[in-house]
Amino acid sequence: MKSGKIDIKKVRRDFPMLAAKGRKPFFYLDSAASSQTPASVLKAMDGFYRKYRANVHRGMYPASETATAAYEDGRRRIAELVNAAPDEIVLTRGATEGLNLLAYTLSTRLGPGDEVVLTVMEHHSNLVPWQQLAKVRGFAVKFIGLTPEMTLDLEAAKKLIGPKTKVVSAMHISNALGTVVPVKELAALAHRHGAVFIVDGAQSVGHRPVDVKDLDCDFLAWSGHKMFGPTGIGALYGKREMLRGLPPFLYGGDMILEVSLEDSVWNDLPWKFEAGTPNIAGGIGLGAAADYVRGLGLEAIAAHEREMTRYALAKVSAIPGIRVFGPPAGTDRGGVVSFALGDVHPHDMSTILASQGICVRGGHHCAMPLMRLLGVNGTTRASLSAYTDKADIDALVAAIKQAAKIFKV
Amino acid sequence: MTANGRKKKPVAPATRDIDIIYQENILDHYRRPRNFGRIAGASASRKEANFSCGDDVEIFILFGTDGRTKEVKFEGRGCAVSQAAASLLTEQAIGLTRKQLAALSAGDVVAWLGIPIGPSRLRCATLALKALQNALAGDDKV
Repeated sequence: MKSGKIDIKKVRRDFPMLAAKGRKPFFYLDSAASSQTPASVLKAMDGFYRKYRANVHRGMYPASETATAAYEDGRRRIAELVNAAPDEIVLTRGATEGLNLLAYTLSTRLGPGDEVVLTVMEHHSNLVPWQQLAKVRGFAVKFIGLTPEMTLDLEAAKKLIGPKTKVVSAMHISNALGTVVPVKELAALAHRHGAVFIVDGAQSVGHRPVDVKDLDCDFLAWSGHKMFGPTGIGALYGKREMLRGLPPFLYGGDMILEVSLEDSVWNDLPWKFEAGTPNIAGGIGLGAAADYVRGLGLEAIAAHEREMTRYALAKVSAIPGIRVFGPPAGTDRGGVVSFALGDVHPHDMSTILASQGICVRGGHHCAMPLMRLLGVNGTTRASLSAYTDKADIDALVAAIKQAAKIFKV
Repeated sequence: MTANGRKKKPVAPATRDIDIIYQENILDHYRRPRNFGRIAGASASRKEANFSCGDDVEIFILFGTDGRTKEVKFEGRGCAVSQAAASLLTEQAIGLTRKQLAALSAGDVVAWLGIPIGPSRLRCATLALKALQNALAGDDKV
């Protein structure tokens, strides 16, 4: 893996949306919602549609064989990104589907007396499935809280995770606060009590090195479109023996070996979890995105995001009347700057920023319980990526100051 | 045609100039809302919320003996667009019949605001109107 610094000018040229000339100002600071796509990913998907489009795993003709090879090669490269084996990678629609798959299939073994432990920061996609299935199955859901510094309260985690705990599921990096969750420590705590440990890597994979062996997680779910891949594709890693032990999530074609009117035999891993024709172009595109981030170097991307986050935190925090949410500067954090200016509603703030060509997200960031905990309706969030430069941050800061003037904060 | 004789569809912002989006008028209605408060013994009332942004508006309507609105008031919290729209609605809805109130449209609200409203902010702009019309729909008194 490469290290060192990324060449920001070159990186920006890789992205057609950023390189477009003669357009209105475009400062893209919403990568935690969805990143931009590099030309190499577009080209890989275009190749499928133009040169060898056919269904996978079935046709005996060359186009189908090429498509199958390209799709499975995508899976291999996605697996390499997180140091997994290809048969441990299930291609999904995204982190949401991966997390739902786990909640539905793991909860078949849960019942009254069992506990699932989450964090209060979880994205709705890792909270609502457990919350709803708890009503059906009768298990309890517990939440690890935050310290006053908005980091995960590990002491609370030690008390919550115990013999009743069957599953611990936590985000790696908070999409709303940028808080980095100590997932290795949680993995150790979970495994000490024989619980399954799940990581939601939506905001970490592709942003920093994520190694499933190093984390010792049992499952890792993430989305492709937040790491320069296409929309509608994501991946779920599971330890081989864990995936083998789970029932299928969706039934249909491709996930099956043999069907009679009475019973069926499931396909091997990972296809057991991929019912129906998969998102072939998506798998090929995500494979190309995995190549792209490895080409830049995960350490280099992380270093760049850290530098830009430091710069943004310093500049934004200095604006009078501003409140920045998340761990204090100097703490390891993801590329997210969540803030509120006086009593300006995040939607008003986002609209004002949009008028200056700045793309941010205003609202609850699919973390309503967390917003309630912070005592706000929502925040305005600027989120960073490998292509974020100082001009993006400077434009953001200037526009926030303009908003302060308009709203007389 | 709408109750005011204007035919307006919600429009996407033609220009994204900051001063146009947050005109003095909107901010004035936001900071100093008109007809803010409750009506004891209202003919109809209704609270609506946009849970995704935490905006809420509660509308109170009092009809006179002539069947026209005598008083319309609101309480609410939220973004400038939702609260200014509610304030404007309470001014515009005075003296109207039930039929005229029911005929008010999103286009009318956008016209009163006088600013471009994109699809993502239309729910903010029309929250008060939704509360008003649902208040009437949920009430079968003549």
